[in-house]
Amino acid sequence: MSTPKSLALAAILLAMGSPAALAQIRIGATLAETGPAGALGDPEAKTLRLLVEQINAAGGVLGEPLELVLYDDGGDPNNARTYATRLVEHDEVVAIIGGTTTGTSLAIRSVAEDEEIPFISLAGGIEIIDPVHPFTFKTPHTDRMACEKLFEDMQAQGITRIGMISGTDGFGASMRNQCLDVTAGYGIEIAADERYAPGDADMVPQLTNIRNTEGVQAVLNPGFGAGPAIVTRNYRQLGIELPFYQSHGVAGQAYIDLSGAENAEGVRLPGTALLIADQLTEDDAQRAVVTAYRDAYVGRYNEPVSTFGGYAHDALAILVDAITRNGEADPDPVDLRDAIEATAGLVGTTGTYSFAADDHLGLDLTAFRLLQIQGGTWSETP
Amino acid sequence: MSDLLQFLLSGLTVGAVYALLALGFTIIFNASGVVNFAQGEFVMLGGMATAFGIAAGLPVPLAALLAILGTAALGVALNALAIAPARGAPVVSLIIITIGAAIFLQGAAGLLFDKQIHRYPGFSGEAALRILGATILPQSLWVIAGATLTFALLWLFFSRTLTGKAVLATANNPLAASLVGINTRAIMALSFGLSAAIGAVAGLLVTPITMTAYNTGVALALSGFAAAMLGGLGSPLGALVGGLLLGVLEALTAGYVSSQYKDAVSFILIILVLTFLPQGLLGRKSTDRV
Repeated sequence: MSTPKSLALAAILLAMGSPAALAQIRIGATLAETGPAGALGDPEAKTLRLLVEQINAAGGVLGEPLELVLYDDGGDPNNARTYATRLVEHDEVVAIIGGTTTGTSLAIRSVAEDEEIPFISLAGGIEIIDPVHPFTFKTPHTDRMACEKLFEDMQAQGITRIGMISGTDGFGASMRNQCLDVTAGYGIEIAADERYAPGDADMVPQLTNIRNTEGVQAVLNPGFGAGPAIVTRNYRQLGIELPFYQSHGVAGQAYIDLSGAENAEGVRLPGTALLIADQLTEDDAQRAVVTAYRDAYVGRYNEPVSTFGGYAHDALAILVDAITRNGEADPDPVDLRDAIEATAGLVGTTGTYSFAADDHLGLDLTAFRLLQIQGGTWSETP
Repeated sequence: MSDLLQFLLSGLTVGAVYALLALGFTIIFNASGVVNFAQGEFVMLGGMATAFGIAAGLPVPLAALLAILGTAALGVALNALAIAPARGAPVVSLIIITIGAAIFLQGAAGLLFDKQIHRYPGFSGEAALRILGATILPQSLWVIAGATLTFALLWLFFSRTLTGKAVLATANNPLAASLVGINTRAIMALSFGLSAAIGAVAGLLVTPITMTAYNTGVALALSGFAAAMLGGLGSPLGALVGGLLLGVLEALTAGYVSSQYKDAVSFILIILVLTFLPQGLLGRKSTDRV
């Protein structure tokens, strides 16, 4: 290519590209699209891509388009830390969404706090925001809240002695500890405390021991992935008739399909409004948000929505809301942080968020809905 | 009493799964001395391909057959593309190549299929069978039968067929084997194809019990490897015995000791066995000629 031509081309490119590029609002994300937490990170990444496209098609934020810079950290905290640094220093993003797992979130948090960039985590661990770090927020409920929600229901049914069978994976182990921590407040006694490893093929011995434990009135299974579905099948195989509680770790259609609808019948668990989008009453605050997200996601990807994608939806909604209220397309990170902390009554798919200086989770127990599986689908218990 | 029976049946179910996984290691190990860590991926692929075939509306036997043939072809391709070019490299290098292949297959499966967990109904229904107050799922019987049959065929293959003996000869001394007219390249291709097929059979039999996803291969390979080590690497009988023993041991520990320590107890026992019987319970003693 001759020099004048390439110069002309460069000038055109400059004229076309750079003003828009300068005004774009860059949002960073590092998620576990692949690796052990891929089943969580995959819908999260899909959700962010879909929503950013939707927002831009509708005119962007403050009239400027959003640009999503997304990295796949594979669930490895070292990668997450590297990508978080790159997002801040190289990509110059206004905020970071991410951390599919608690481990990666803690790695990103250290970067975000050092560089003073707002960070919204999508992981469950309470230690991400307790104690509060100024620039770190998160959207999912904590395990402790799931335990409290379940124990509330047990208390209402007069259940005081339960058996617990938990996975030894991060999710199961963490929730088991949180549940053991809050039993006293609800007058619940864990009479049998059994464990299983994530890859186990059969949990019949553990369930047999729970069944043989004197006075057990219900069984709780904190776990994630295939484990709870196998436990549910074994539960029916042994013909145990006690009320059966699962955790929010299995709140998705996959759990019912893997367990078999007849085996999952009657199982209770804490879930979000997303699972019962069609059953929400007209005056339910979450109805509009939840059905819009679900229809868009299912329409694009032709797979059911999951709670995890919902966490990403809410993180982006919080961020967009804060940028809008702050009113600058190139926000100062500290101002943006203040705007996020001032979020009040923001309706998401997970719940209604209201942050405060001492509360960077912003949800209470009402965000969880106690669901029961009936006829292969979810219904909210009264 | 019915508790003990229940624990034993549960242990047999898990043990048969381990045995099927362990049997997959025998052929390649016997042909080359290589422990194929991509074996778990063959198992995963067998399960995933069957699940997708059934979901696409194929009858179960056809889906299973396609899964077995496809995985076997992949095993042959793995040998041709990754193992054969590295012929003459030390066994340790070949083992590292299989680990690399495992990571590649896992990533490819995540892209090709999806990242969700999959399952399909058991072949003979899902209603539990009752035996003296204990229960067992019909699919467990399929897995136990599959493990026994695979063992029997492997045993016949190695002790009664010329090809099987050629496989053993290739492992023992590739140069001498080719000198007596054994096509060692073909033997390697055959052993990878057969191992992959056995892996796929294992995968499609155990999926109704264990479920499957693109990332289950590594854990499957490790539990199969532990069972194979316990019984004696390379011995089909060792794989069967090692797998069943490990499963029953885990179930009894979970039932009578503590479910928290069930893996620890079984692995401590493996260490003890290997300390006193380095070849495993039924492995051949290796003798060096001087």
